[in-house]
Amino acid sequence: MKSVTEGGAAGFGFTGPRVPDRARAQVHGRFQRRLAPRGCFVLASLLAVVSCEPADREITTVRFWAMGREGEVVQELVRDFERENPEIKVEVQQIPWSAAHEKLLTAHVGHATPDVAQLGNTWIAEFEALRALEPLGPWVARSSTVTPEGFFPGIWATNVVDGEPYGVPWYVDTRLIFYRKDILASAGYQTVPDSWDEWLAAMRAIKRRVGPDRFAILLPLNEWTQPMILGLQAGSPLLRNGGTRGAFGGPEFRRAFAFYVDLYREGLAPPLSNTEVANLYQEFERGYFAMYITGPWNLGEFRRRLRPELQDAWGTAPLPGPTGAASGLSMAGGSSLVLFRDSKRKPAAWRLVEFLSRPDQQARFYHLCGDLPARQEAWRDTALAADEEMRAFQIQLGRVAPWPMVPEWEEIAIRLQDETERAVRGRTPPDSALGELDRSVDRMLEKRRWLLSRRPRVRPGAVGGRG
Amino acid sequence: MILKNQLTQTRAGWLFVAPALALIGVFFVGPVVASLLLSFTDFDIYAIGDLGTARAVGLQNYSRILSDREFWTALRNTFTFVVVGGPLSVMVSLGAALLVNVRLARFKGAFRVIFFTPVVTTLVAVAIVWRYLYHPRYGLIDQGLARLGLAPVDWLGDPHWAMPAIILFSVWKNFGYNMLIFVAGLQNIPEELYEASKIDGAGAWARFRHVTVPALGPTFLFVGIITMIGQFQLFAEPYVMTQGGPVRSTVSIILLMYEQGFRWWRMGYAAAVAFILLLIVLAGTMLQLRLQRGEQR
Repeated sequence: MKSVTEGGAAGFGFTGPRVPDRARAQVHGRFQRRLAPRGCFVLASLLAVVSCEPADREITTVRFWAMGREGEVVQELVRDFERENPEIKVEVQQIPWSAAHEKLLTAHVGHATPDVAQLGNTWIAEFEALRALEPLGPWVARSSTVTPEGFFPGIWATNVVDGEPYGVPWYVDTRLIFYRKDILASAGYQTVPDSWDEWLAAMRAIKRRVGPDRFAILLPLNEWTQPMILGLQAGSPLLRNGGTRGAFGGPEFRRAFAFYVDLYREGLAPPLSNTEVANLYQEFERGYFAMYITGPWNLGEFRRRLRPELQDAWGTAPLPGPTGAASGLSMAGGSSLVLFRDSKRKPAAWRLVEFLSRPDQQARFYHLCGDLPARQEAWRDTALAADEEMRAFQIQLGRVAPWPMVPEWEEIAIRLQDETERAVRGRTPPDSALGELDRSVDRMLEKRRWLLSRRPRVRPGAVGGRG
Repeated sequence: MILKNQLTQTRAGWLFVAPALALIGVFFVGPVVASLLLSFTDFDIYAIGDLGTARAVGLQNYSRILSDREFWTALRNTFTFVVVGGPLSVMVSLGAALLVNVRLARFKGAFRVIFFTPVVTTLVAVAIVWRYLYHPRYGLIDQGLARLGLAPVDWLGDPHWAMPAIILFSVWKNFGYNMLIFVAGLQNIPEELYEASKIDGAGAWARFRHVTVPALGPTFLFVGIITMIGQFQLFAEPYVMTQGGPVRSTVSIILLMYEQGFRWWRMGYAAAVAFILLLIVLAGTMLQLRLQRGEQR
């Protein structure tokens, strides 16, 4: 059972739609990078030891958990950090994405959390609820490097629970449209239009052009991000009453949901889950779909995997919005750096967080692994500024919105995905699917309502932070 | 003297089984009791953070499960799998066992190995291969259908076909195990019975019906119970191939329990699901025993 669970999670992304693609992307280049850093690492530590003046200075060892590919490349940045801070040694432990959530949770239960870790920002509210994370408000207030204004505001907001920051954004992830320029051009469009109406018209034009066996857009049914993003665009808060009840039956979300479901009903999008698309890149090459909503890791994949002659035929565009470009929001994803409450080496760990948040280190990190910097200053880096496909990401990152920061979010999102699929496949009318969704979300949030109702009595004055 | 001797013997006996009892107590009885108690609480992610937030909720988990649409969907799917997949699997096993046991058959050993291979291969690996076989546009199965002039079926994407596809895969994966047990059972049937019935003029079907089947009675009981318990624990196939989809048409009770317990950390709820499943399996086993006994009388 155990091995089945792990194998399955690694390959099929039970932990959410984001992980498997990333994991797949991260397999490449693992070997060539493995050996080189080791040697340099030893050399660097030797240098650090040699350059260290008196022997009586105490060395603090900071334990740092990082996931997947980031865990590999960060070793290079850590080396420089150790050179700058000879009294601190950093022990990087690399954890595969598929096992990260369970490992962090068991570490918390067993009082074995590291000092600092990379944490997907969907998990921050959950780990805050576990009281595993150190509130960072005071640390940020004293810091000259980590200043909230330096980051994309929508991304910073995903790290804030009840007014208190619990993480510092490290890299960002958002979704936008990858499209086939040639197919859009053949339907009479130079780029993806920026309002829903025109977008819909463009998709219809493409569908007329490509015929019954091909589609205007691929929206996998086993991803909740797309319906959520459209809901955010339409102005839905997703949850109401301080994140204690579902708001999916509200007029904003209903509008977005109807728009979304109609895309399948009209045959503009195939009703498929992404496990049914054997090879995404091949299908994109064959023109099976002309548009696809996905994230930054696919930039590298598209460049590597598409045939050279197609390289000029695809591009990226920010998402359209219900009333034009400004309403074209996307989700604010990514990873953050967090300190753990149990840590006894918080000052040293915070120094590492500050170092990794510096704009120059953020730009370097981008060059090492392609993760998009969370700091706006880092985007002035020439390579980033000159990259045509990247420009859409920069525009999109200025228009991102957080989803509700509650520990139950992932479960709610999966329910949203299920109800969306039900409606798309015609099992239930859209409105009753949303009613059912609100009912089950209200049930999931029962414990949260109870906790909030008793919180003032239990911890008087604990507004925002719970420390 | 005799009494004392008996007492020492009893004590020695207890001493000998003590290690086994301790292990069973620590690793079986303890956890079972703990999870039973857990099923009367709302132990969840908040409780992992702060034990004080766990509440004793009595039978609320159970009543909530019974009013949860998800649970009934999972129960219906699991029953479909047990009622259709179980007998199918036993019949295929018996058929294969008869085939590899026919005296005229050649390369018996080779066939036995071939039929048994799916059982010992890694489920995740073969599930991926089967996912390719089931692919609506490139899959071998649909290409075969197309050659016969039939419309392609979106095996894993269509809510009506996903469960049959899982059943088919699971039968293929597991029939080899029961086949071996049937082969062992068949080899225990004395050859004279067949000869005698042949002399009495019984045909092949009559011999099968009146000699093979009754002689395999105990084997049927064993295979039936083991298969049923196994079928109720359907998990890995949908977990790997469909993740419960499309539209939750392949979510099983164990998969639901896994999701509730280890994905959403509703441990109390998941423990209650586990105990409901225990009751169902227990009832199924009792029923089979009763039926078998009735038949033997």
